[in-house]
Amino acid sequence: MIVPTSYYLFLGGILFTIGVVGVLTRRNAIVIFMSIELMLNAVNLTLVSFSNHLNSLEGQVFVFFVMVVAAAEVAVGLALVVAIFRTKNTVNVDEFNLLKW
Amino acid sequence: MSLSSLNLPVVAPVITLSLTGFVIVGVSLIWSKVSRHVFLLLSLLGLGLSFWFTTSLWNSNTIAFGGMVVADNYALFFNFIFLISAALSMLLSQGEHEQGHLLNAEYFALMLFATVGMVLMAAGSNLLVLFLGLETLSISLYVLAGIKRTEPKSLEAAFKYFLLGAFSSAFLLYGIAFIYGVTGSLSLRYISNFISSAPLASQPLLLLGGLLVVAGLGFKVVMFPFHMWAPDVYEGAATPVTAFMATGSKAAAFAALLRVLHSLFDGASTDWMVILSVLAVLTMFVGNLAAIAQANVKRMLAYSSVAHAGYVLIGLIAWSDAGTAGVLFYLLVYMFMTVGAFAVLSFLSSRQSEFVMLDDFRGLAFRKPAVALAMAVFMFSLAGLPPTAGFVGKFYLFSAAVKAGHTPLVVFAVVNSVISLYYYLGVVVMMFMRKTLRTLSIPPTVPLIACALLVAVLASCALGLFPSYLMDTIEHFAVHLL
Repeated sequence: MIVPTSYYLFLGGILFTIGVVGVLTRRNAIVIFMSIELMLNAVNLTLVSFSNHLNSLEGQVFVFFVMVVAAAEVAVGLALVVAIFRTKNTVNVDEFNLLKW
Repeated sequence: MSLSSLNLPVVAPVITLSLTGFVIVGVSLIWSKVSRHVFLLLSLLGLGLSFWFTTSLWNSNTIAFGGMVVADNYALFFNFIFLISAALSMLLSQGEHEQGHLLNAEYFALMLFATVGMVLMAAGSNLLVLFLGLETLSISLYVLAGIKRTEPKSLEAAFKYFLLGAFSSAFLLYGIAFIYGVTGSLSLRYISNFISSAPLASQPLLLLGGLLVVAGLGFKVVMFPFHMWAPDVYEGAATPVTAFMATGSKAAAFAALLRVLHSLFDGASTDWMVILSVLAVLTMFVGNLAAIAQANVKRMLAYSSVAHAGYVLIGLIAWSDAGTAGVLFYLLVYMFMTVGAFAVLSFLSSRQSEFVMLDDFRGLAFRKPAVALAMAVFMFSLAGLPPTAGFVGKFYLFSAAVKAGHTPLVVFAVVNSVISLYYYLGVVVMMFMRKTLRTLSIPPTVPLIACALLVAVLASCALGLFPSYLMDTIEHFAVHLL
């Protein structure tokens, strides 16, 4: 049985939404970060299923680039988390409150 | 595909910048004792070479990498903005306050890599290149924002910028995925052909994709619902980085936004105009009203940057050649006056204390008359008073919008310009009409920052007095977006 493309798109949409909700509701920087990764992977799933549906390779190539960029972002992001943990001893975003108006 | 069909000369500005960045990192690895000025010199050399390559490509209108990258005059004009902004921001890093953080090799290398990202954003005519450019720019800027890594404020700024930036680029990506799914291509030219045969309104998925892309880029141009990061990041980051972020990355995002919108909408789609108009008005009001309440000049400039994004959006909404030309001119002018204002802050910040509060400006005219005068020019220009460049820029933007029949929008914009007078002139009043209360020590003059200041002042005045030379050229090519 062939699973229709729309199923994958819905799954991608659901994953993306879970990611958005995670970013907006969680307070731990690492969990927020994981939620963003979830959003990126939802996009990857969407791209691959479109690519398969359209019989074009462009979407799959794009996915590789998204993965590379996500990896680079993880490197920078975790470095920042470590640096900030050293000065503040917490990764709770509610306590990042030096800057506000 | 052979090497010659890649048409490498078209990306020569990008290659030069990347190579310079790598050379700087390499030099710092091999000779750890090398003088800090070497990096500045190398970077300026790289920027200069890239500038020269850009000049030599002028009017060539060529494409490279199978049409993924274009070198039309539109992209090249933006190159000039990015390169000048990067060069001036690097000069600012010589200030006394920044000694210790910003003179390392990684600062210069990251500035160059960020510039690479900007150039690719303006030159990319494929959503993939656009995305890669945006990420090259963003990831470099996340690190740059936190480059004062012992200072909690700077780290916090970097982290906020990083989380929100990554969040917004996920939206951009999702939008790109939808556009790809509906049109079957990532090439902007192909997408625009597809859309002219099948109007946008009949494709809900494409409309959603377009909205998500606008949201993703709106974050970078500091448009209203996505502006929350700007004040915090601008305040926390080192002043030279803030100057670069406020001018270069905003211009790059506008370059990309304009290109994407031009391929997604063929003109008369009024729904889009309504959405963008509402956003533009809200952006102006939020920026200007919040700026009034600020006591920190860096934060005030951040909110003013929000407001200016609103003014530039008006030129975009005009959707005409005059509007596009206005946007290009304004972004150039905005770059000079904003970098100038930040240069004043860099100039006056001593090793111990950053010169950023509004109260610090009290009586500055009696202590440093020349700097106070320069700051006054930037403030007048940002407020849009004649005969400065800011006035002419606003005039071009607003007159294009009036011609396109968006008079109510322009009325809002003018009201906002009047509101903005309050806080821009507030700085001038502090400098010239108030007595000094507490004296922050002002460091000795750094010649390189003085140079940057002079360039910014001259440009802000010259572009205001003789705008037509430049404007004639811009109007000539703004018509032809490849």
